[in-house]
Amino acid sequence: MTTAPAEAAKGALARYEAVIGIEIHCQLKTASKMFCGCSTDIDGAAPNSHTCPVCLGLPGTLPTINKSAVEWVIAAGFAIEAQTPPATRWDRKNYFYPDIPKGYQISQYQLPLAANGRLTFDTSAGPVTVRIRRAHLEEDTGRLIHQEMAGRRASLIDFNRSGMPLMEIVTEPDIRTAEQARRYAEELRLLMRTIGASDAEMENGQMRVEANVSIRPIGREAFGTRVEVKNMNSMKAVERAIGFEIERQAELIDGGDKVRMETRGWDEPSQSTYHMRPKEEENDYRYFPEPDLPPLMTTPEWLAEIATRIPELPSVRRARYTGEFGLSSYDANVLVNDASATALFEGALAVGAGVSPKLLANWVTGEYLRLAKGDAGGGSVDPVELAALARLVADGAISGTNAKEVLAEHYASAAPVASIVEARGFRQISDSGALGKAINDALAANPAAVADYRAGKAAAVGFLVGQVMKATRGQANAAMVQTALRERLEAAE
Amino acid sequence: MVHSGLASVRYHRGMANLTRADVEHVAFLARLGLTEAEMARLEGQLNHILEQYAILQTLDTEHIPPTAQTIELANILREDVVQPSISVDEALSNAPERSASGHFVVPAILGGEGGA
Ligand SMILES: [Zn+2]
Repeated sequence: MTTAPAEAAKGALARYEAVIGIEIHCQLKTASKMFCGCSTDIDGAAPNSHTCPVCLGLPGTLPTINKSAVEWVIAAGFAIEAQTPPATRWDRKNYFYPDIPKGYQISQYQLPLAANGRLTFDTSAGPVTVRIRRAHLEEDTGRLIHQEMAGRRASLIDFNRSGMPLMEIVTEPDIRTAEQARRYAEELRLLMRTIGASDAEMENGQMRVEANVSIRPIGREAFGTRVEVKNMNSMKAVERAIGFEIERQAELIDGGDKVRMETRGWDEPSQSTYHMRPKEEENDYRYFPEPDLPPLMTTPEWLAEIATRIPELPSVRRARYTGEFGLSSYDANVLVNDASATALFEGALAVGAGVSPKLLANWVTGEYLRLAKGDAGGGSVDPVELAALARLVADGAISGTNAKEVLAEHYASAAPVASIVEARGFRQISDSGALGKAINDALAANPAAVADYRAGKAAAVGFLVGQVMKATRGQANAAMVQTALRERLEAAE
Repeated sequence: MVHSGLASVRYHRGMANLTRADVEHVAFLARLGLTEAEMARLEGQLNHILEQYAILQTLDTEHIPPTAQTIELANILREDVVQPSISVDEALSNAPERSASGHFVVPAILGGEGGA
């Protein structure tokens, strides 16, 4: 779906080229925080109930590195085809703000855990590859609420989030359109979920997308002034905010103004960006090596062990679905982009001997996803039952229309497919003996239709099929009935 | 290469040439409210420190690997195991002020960094 701002940006993109870099923070799926043993299970927890002297930044405390968080970043590095240096270390990013109690954030500056990667994804204009400069590990900050307290303005701090492990992934400025930016973020989210590094839900801040956006006249080499865009809380917002920003900058330049280096926030209600603050220069963070943490060596054995834990990646899976199973790239995308659809398809394939992958894929991309994304979402489909259902349809035991009803009922009640088919009386009569009698009866009872058919009115067969279906209370296999009727009508001239 | 907070400061162009504006900027970053007299004194002291780095810079360190660590440790990792946190009351025991909801309360901060 194209959006109004994205539509507008297309106008600007006729004269200007956008240069976009994306920074994504993902909360890693660890049980404990980055540098202390506090639980990361902070969703809905009382403020400051998940803290300790380390994540409160109390003097005299020392951080210790969570091995699991390091391994997730290394795994993510593999997934984006990045290089892991033999030695990495930690740096302090210094700034004063109440959400960072130590006065610095432990991050990685000079030697990130992953460097020089790339990610390829599909767009409406074909595949695009974006270079990824780095992926590094750092600690999250506390959460601030600004509010009025007893007639004065105050900031309230909850340090539950302080010290949660975060991976920051930074692209080169290779992205050229708002759509590419959204698709990059979607593909990265899928990648993180596939390897299990992060749940990457944007709505609850597990994944935060920021964009650096500038524009330049088409054909010009030098970059324009870049603006950082934040607060994009959905994939749709990513595309709209960047589209808006491209258009805003184009209007400024067209009007003889200059783009100001600043940080802007996306405002969902007004569908526009607003000024948050002027952008401080990076060097003001005064990075220096973290003296409290020893360097980290990544041995080939350790890296190899982590590599064995990485499942099939989305790009490889899509290629397998289209290549090996002959699925369309559209269907392969639909299957791979939804984790529950992938699991159902793979599960049904594993048990569904004799049912073609294409048939199973149709059930998953069609009926299953329609149910899962519909109003009655929240149910589930057992892969074994889906394979059984597809088998029944393929054998002609039940009709396709009835099968859809069976799936819907199974989705809602989890009842086995076989018992739903029995209970609803959906089993088709495909037995040629039983059908033969019903067909004989229909031919004998309707000599006019038989005569019509033989006189060249092919449509008369439809009437006869209807009679057979009626006599069998809809349980005859309609396709079989039609074939058998034609044979009888043509043979016994 | 020697890394120190000062040596990596952006506005330090050339050794022993820290201007008054540089001192003001560093003071701002460190959120230090300095008097004119303190500013003047620190300008001299900081330049003196930088002069000593300038002397160190003349040494041939071509064959010495960069050092950010003087203790011979590497790969000190901990397993991803949850340990008990402290209580909310304990966490807030040093707070200048606390809210009924259990937050630390500080004077309103607008702008600045915020977020990771
Ligand atoms: Zn802690």
